Amino acid sequence: MRQDPNLYDYWPYKDRPKIEWPNSARLAFWVAPNIEFYELNPPDNPHRKPWPHPYPPVAGYSIRDWGNRVGHLRQMDLLDKYNIRGSISLSTALCEHHPEIIEMCKERDWEFFSHGIYNTRYTYGLDEAQERAMIRDSMETIYQHTGQACSGYLAPALSHSEVTMDLFAEVGAELFGEGGGIYTCDLFHDDQPTPIKLRSNKKFVSIPYSLEINDTIAYVVNRVEPRQYGHMIKASFDRLYQEGAQSGTVMCIPTHNYQVACSHRLRAFEEALEYITGHSDVWVTTGREIASYFIENYYDKSLASIASYQDNGGD
Amino acid sequence: MGLDKSYLEYPLRRYGMDHDRYDWTLMKERQPLVWPDNCKLAFWINISVQFFPLNPESPQPRPPGGMTMPYPDLRHFSLRDYGNRVGIYRILDALKMRNIPASCAVNTQITEYAPYLIQALRDAGVDFLGHGLDMDTPHHSLSEAREREIIRQSVDRLSEVSRQDITGWISPGRFESPVTPDLLSEAGVQFFSDWVNDDMPYIFKTRNKPLVSMPLPTELEDRFVMLENFHSETSYGEQLKDAFDWMYNDATEENGRIFSLSLHAWVIGQPHRIGILENFLDYVKQHKGVWFARPNEIVEIFNN
Repeated sequence: MRQDPNLYDYWPYKDRPKIEWPNSARLAFWVAPNIEFYELNPPDNPHRKPWPHPYPPVAGYSIRDWGNRVGHLRQMDLLDKYNIRGSISLSTALCEHHPEIIEMCKERDWEFFSHGIYNTRYTYGLDEAQERAMIRDSMETIYQHTGQACSGYLAPALSHSEVTMDLFAEVGAELFGEGGGIYTCDLFHDDQPTPIKLRSNKKFVSIPYSLEINDTIAYVVNRVEPRQYGHMIKASFDRLYQEGAQSGTVMCIPTHNYQVACSHRLRAFEEALEYITGHSDVWVTTGREIASYFIENYYDKSLASIASYQDNGGD
Repeated sequence: MGLDKSYLEYPLRRYGMDHDRYDWTLMKERQPLVWPDNCKLAFWINISVQFFPLNPESPQPRPPGGMTMPYPDLRHFSLRDYGNRVGIYRILDALKMRNIPASCAVNTQITEYAPYLIQALRDAGVDFLGHGLDMDTPHHSLSEAREREIIRQSVDRLSEVSRQDITGWISPGRFESPVTPDLLSEAGVQFFSDWVNDDMPYIFKTRNKPLVSMPLPTELEDRFVMLENFHSETSYGEQLKDAFDWMYNDATEENGRIFSLSLHAWVIGQPHRIGILENFLDYVKQHKGVWFARPNEIVEIFNN
């Protein structure tokens, strides 16, 4: 085990190469709906228990199923209303279980990225070949059902190994060339895209995804009141929009259909979306578009800037 | 090294669900339901009337609300009992003043412990739903024979004291064993509200007659919002209104929706909380096209 994941070098949030988003937008805004499938009776993993309740885990399973049966449509209607294309963090077995949802998202030209096969199958304990096979299966499944070359990864249930990023980028390149496997949502260290160090030296970036603004973290872990969640989203936007005048920032709202789409929470979410999309200098986009734009325009400059800080703390 | 190869095998990766209890359908694909008098929204309140033993013995995890301190945990026993002595009467008054019906999910033990309360519920005209023996008898901890006995006792005893057919059920803590729905159906239960995966009734298969699964969200219940998430009373009042507004606006006369609310006498019945319910009920009453329903009536329309 390592003391530091060795995925990125220290890079202070000041004096970085200035990012200018398309149409001079200050802020790249994306919404990442997680569309997940949790199994009712998953196999045991030696490192993490999938459910707190013995079989059948009615409470946990059924609220997540509500998200797919009921919540998804509500959230999708809302994103349609504000012309937001979702970037779906997908439990890819959902392509087999609930193809109707996949079709609706395809019709809207939403992005699909890999969130593993099931959110009840963890990376913990897999050896490298197994993890590679799981990642490959997930990316192939997305391609088969949507025709999209998967660009992004959020490890299933945020379960990682030391080589997760390497494997994802490598499998992406094998399957789809340079455009496959170019970004990760697994890291929360920055408000701008940052290059990630891989053993293959492929160009690969971390795109801000925000754990703090993630509805499940807000509602389930931090137990935030719904209207307060709306205030948090607006406050986060205000600050990143302000700072984006200096150099472009990224804001993401990661959602889960079984949390954000509950009838007592939709109003706060809708008000926040209306507020954000009511600003002129916002690039409403997807994870893949942010990653591609950054890699094309700022990746090399960023590497040079990062390198300048690595000797004697910079000069 | 690595995990057994079965960890990367997915035998139930297929169309629909990964079990055979119910079919997969999106909300928009449902047969529309039309409520009486062209109402848009059916409004159903259920109050859980519960007995929390002072000497819990069930295995973990236990239904929420039970004893947490060393024996004898008088603070939690008496605070829960407050609901059965005081809180429930505040709720019944609030409903009666506004002429709103309700159901009560009643632990069988209440019939022994507080027969007066049973009579008061009967006099108030509530529908009785089975709710297991008590809050220390979660069904995942029971043998099939014992679970069958508890369900039958519950249905028989509640039927006897309420003089009603007991056709509805909520398991304690909504914890189930693998066969709970089968045993409920066997005992003549017609609908239950353990699974929170829909906004509308749907067919839940059992090895006998199917059940109707009735929507009753945990996410909006008083205990979950205020005691588990620690949201303020003010916020709870806002959440109730926001949820109602959303469902009301989503509903149409041709395609009715259901607003259902799960409450606990020991939570919402506190003096600093009862006003939230009263204000909310007044707010609901200001709206046209709300059908104040009994769960059986909703099930009947669904079945036809």
